[in-house]
Amino acid sequence: MSTLHTVNKSPFEKPSLDVCLAHATAGAGVLLIEDGVYAATKGTAVEDRVKQALDSVKLFVLGPDLLARGFTEDRVIDGINVVDYAGFVDLAAEHDKVQAWL
Amino acid sequence: MKFAIQINEGPYQHQASDSAYFFTKAALEKGHEVFRVFFYHDGVNNASRLTTPPQDDRNVVNRWAELAEQHDLDMVVCVAAAQRRGVADEGEMQRNGKDATNIHPRFRISGLGQLVEAAIQADRLVVFGD
Repeated sequence: MSTLHTVNKSPFEKPSLDVCLAHATAGAGVLLIEDGVYAATKGTAVEDRVKQALDSVKLFVLGPDLLARGFTEDRVIDGINVVDYAGFVDLAAEHDKVQAWL
Repeated sequence: MKFAIQINEGPYQHQASDSAYFFTKAALEKGHEVFRVFFYHDGVNNASRLTTPPQDDRNVVNRWAELAEQHDLDMVVCVAAAQRRGVADEGEMQRNGKDATNIHPRFRISGLGQLVEAAIQADRLVVFGD
């Protein structure tokens, strides 16, 4: 079983995503919420780093938080799954613990 | 599955309380149990019944209270964090010689032991903060 990590900070504001990825073990889930969703969008300075992370962890992004920031799902990097709050609950249940990186 | 929720940030500060609310609501709608919602640090400000947002804005405090009413949620405010921030019930008012209370009746003030117990009793502890 593995851990679900949540990241709620933009990668352009705080190093939360980098710190999370440095700790996340292979097969872990990483869910981007709140300002963390900026990391899931195409064409940013961190896109390559995020794509690289997809080799070892599963990445998810919270759809309502994307929409709240004006992003549609077609702006999301391929390989990142968009989930709603019910999906967030499912992810928390499927993983054996949840770790928030604030 | 049994969830426990911890909220470390106040209402209207960023998004932590909103995210926690929508997560808790979704968990309950999926038939999960929410053992306790624990308000810690600035999160204790989510319990002030004096909160008065503009009419076209969400009322974070009442929204929590309504969800708690519907699902009989146990919403606990950390006593030490509450004292520092002036969140008081009748007992705290008297003990600290204050002239008013401000806690919403759906919340209760208790200690960190309640968070530890929630972490032990629940299958998952999900933390929201800033």
